Amino acid sequence: MSVKLTEEMLKALPDARGHFGTFGGRFVSETLMDSLMTLEKEYLRLKDDPDFQAAFDKDLADYVGRPSPLYFAERLTRETGGAQIWLKREDLNHTGAHKVNNTIGQALLASFLGKKRIIAETGAGQHGVATATVCARLGLECHVFMGSEDIKRQSLNVYRMKLLGATVHSVESGTKTLKDAMNDAMRDWVANVDDTFYIIGTVAGPHPYPLLVRDFQSVIGRELRQQSMDAVGRLPDALVACVGGGSNAIGMFYPFLADEDVQLYGVEAGGFGIETGQHAAPLCAGRPGVLHGNRTYLMEDENGQIAGTHSVSAGLDYPGVGPEHAWLKDIGRANYVSVTDDEALDGFRRLTRVEGIMPALESAHAVAYGLKLASTMDKDQMLVINVSGRGDKDIHTIAQLDGIEI
Amino acid sequence: MSRIEGVLKTLKDQGRKALIPYITAGDPNPDETVGLMHALVSAGADIIELGVPFSDPMADGPVIQLACERALKHGTSLRRVVAMVKEFRATDPDTPVVLMGYLNPMEAMGYETFATLAADAGIDGILTVDLPPEEADDVAPLFSARDIDPIFLLAPTTTDDRIRAISEHSSGYVYYVSIKGVTGSATIDVDEVARKVAHVHELTALPVGVGFGIRDAKTAAAVGRVSDGVIVGSVLVDTIARHQTDPAALRKALTDLLHPMRVALDDLVH
Ligand SMILES: Cc1ncc(COP(=O)(O)O)c(C=O)c1O
Repeated sequence: MSVKLTEEMLKALPDARGHFGTFGGRFVSETLMDSLMTLEKEYLRLKDDPDFQAAFDKDLADYVGRPSPLYFAERLTRETGGAQIWLKREDLNHTGAHKVNNTIGQALLASFLGKKRIIAETGAGQHGVATATVCARLGLECHVFMGSEDIKRQSLNVYRMKLLGATVHSVESGTKTLKDAMNDAMRDWVANVDDTFYIIGTVAGPHPYPLLVRDFQSVIGRELRQQSMDAVGRLPDALVACVGGGSNAIGMFYPFLADEDVQLYGVEAGGFGIETGQHAAPLCAGRPGVLHGNRTYLMEDENGQIAGTHSVSAGLDYPGVGPEHAWLKDIGRANYVSVTDDEALDGFRRLTRVEGIMPALESAHAVAYGLKLASTMDKDQMLVINVSGRGDKDIHTIAQLDGIEI
Repeated sequence: MSRIEGVLKTLKDQGRKALIPYITAGDPNPDETVGLMHALVSAGADIIELGVPFSDPMADGPVIQLACERALKHGTSLRRVVAMVKEFRATDPDTPVVLMGYLNPMEAMGYETFATLAADAGIDGILTVDLPPEEADDVAPLFSARDIDPIFLLAPTTTDDRIRAISEHSSGYVYYVSIKGVTGSATIDVDEVARKVAHVHELTALPVGVGFGIRDAKTAAAVGRVSDGVIVGSVLVDTIARHQTDPAALRKALTDLLHPMRVALDDLVH
C-alpha cells in the first residue's frame, strides 16, 4: 500500500496524543506523565517562538558549523557506475555526527524550562558526547547512561565525555547495551523528575520526543532540498540513511515526505544476517509492540520479551525504532532494508579509500546500501547518502577486526 | 461485586486494612510460585499482586530487575503465569490475585486472548505499569467486560484532574505510588504520604492502596493508618533472592517478614 502524503496530512501528525497511525503514543509510568505533558505544552509553544528559533538557528550556524556540505562523490560515482552519488556531510558537524543538532535543541528547551540537571542514554557514545558538549557550554550538570558492553566498544567516546565534565554511568542490567541504558535513564528520570531534563538521543521514547527530535533533525533535509536545487536544479531521486532509532533518517526524509518522486531508503543493521536472528533490524524482521514509551516495530520473542540484538555498530544496536518510521513503513512511503556487518565494513573501506572520507560504522550501513542501489540506477539520476557521522570513534573496532592492536 | 471489591469492603466494615504482598511470578523458579502464594495467604495476605516478568522493567529498581531475570531464565512466560494463578485458584477460591506487569507481553499474546485466559484462570485485577488510561481504550474494556478490575497508578506528580480521570478508569482500588522513584529505592516520608492520600480520598470513592517504600511492620502500620491497604514488594523479593535454593527456609523467611505487618495493621483497629 502506498499513500500520497500531502502537507496537510503531515501537519496533523503526530495526533494530539503523539500517534503516527497506530504507532507512537505515551506508554510510561504515571510519575512521568505530568512532566511529559508539560514538555509537550512548552515545546508546542516554543516551536513557533521567534526567539527560540533564532537561538537554535544561531547555534546551528556558529557552534555546529551548519549548513553541512552536500558533496558530489565523483570518483565513487565513476567507480560504482550508476546514479550520481552525493553525500550529506553530517560527519563535519561539531562533535562529529548529526546527534548535536538534537542536543542543541533539547538543551535550549531545558534552559527555557529552567532545568539544570541533564541525563541522556547513549549507545555509540555520539549522543553522549553531543549532550556532554552542550552541557559544558551551558554549564549544566550532565549524567550519561551507557551499557557496559558499549563502554568497552567505544572507550574513546567515554573518555571524551569525561573530559567534557559528564558523569558516565555504566549500565550492567539486561544486555548491557543501548536499550538498557535507556531503561536506566528512565529510572533516573522517575527519581529526579523535578529538576532533571532527559535529552533522548533519537526519535523514539514517549510523546513528544519523537516529534521534537524529528523537528530538530529536520534541518538536515531542509538544507538538502535547498542545496540540491542550487547544485542541480532539482530534487534528488533517492535518499539513503541508516536507521538505529531513526533520527538522522527522519531528519533527512521528513522535508521530502510529500515529494512522492523522491524514493526513501532506511538502512537497518543486518548484523550477521537477518536469517541468523543476530541483527538489529526491527522494521525488516520485527513486529509491533510497546517499549520505551511508544508503540513501534520491535525485536521480541514469541512471549513479548525484548530480544537481544547484534550489530558491529553500537549506535544501531537497538531492538526498537522511532514510531514515525513504523508508520512510514506501513503506509509504504519509505523502504526499509538491511545490510550486514560485513557489507557495512566494506562500505566503510570503500568510502575511506575512494573519497578519503571515513564514515562512522552506523553511516557505513547507508554507504553500503547506497552503493548497491546507485549501481542499479541510471547515470542521470541522483542519490544522496546521509553520512551521519565520522568514523574516528570506530577505529579501534576496525583495527581489532583486522587483528591489529593499537 | 468483584472479588477485590468484596474483600476490601469486608475489611472496611471491620475497620481493618488490606495487606497486599507482591512477588514476581517464576522467582526463584516457576515451580515455587504457587506454594509461595499460599504461604503469603497463610501469613496474612488479603490480596496478592503477582508480577509478570519482563525483560525491560523500566519502573523497577535492581531488586525486581533481578527477580525478572531469574524468572525469565526459567522461561516464565505470561501464559505460564496465568496457569500458575489457575493452579492457585483451584485450592484458594477467596484471595484476589492482581497481575502486575508491563504491556508488551500482553500485547504479544493479544489482548482479547489474554483477557479471556485471565478471566478463566480466576485473575481479579490487572495493573499495567506502562499503560496510562489515555492509551487503555482498547484494553481496559476487555478486562472490565470479564469482571477483571483494571487498576491504575497514581503518583506524587499526578494532578487533580488526572486523579479524577484515572479513578474513573479504575475499579477495585487505585494504587498510589508513594515516592518519586523506582521500586525498592527511597524510604518514604509518611507525613507527606498521609497528606497526599487524604487528598486522593477527597477526589475518589475508590479504596487507595499505597506501595513503594514499605519495608517493615512500622512503615506498614504508619501507611495503613492513612490508606486502605499497603503493598509490600521489594523487601519480599529481596528475601526470595537470599533464599533461592532452600524452599523451606524461604517460606519461613517470607512468613517472618509478612506476619508482623499483618499484626501491626490489625493493631490499628481500635
Ligand atoms: C553516527 C551515527 N549515525 C547514526 C546513529 C543512529 O541513530 P539514529 O538512527 O537515531 O540516527 C548513531 C547513534 O549513535 C550515530 O552515532
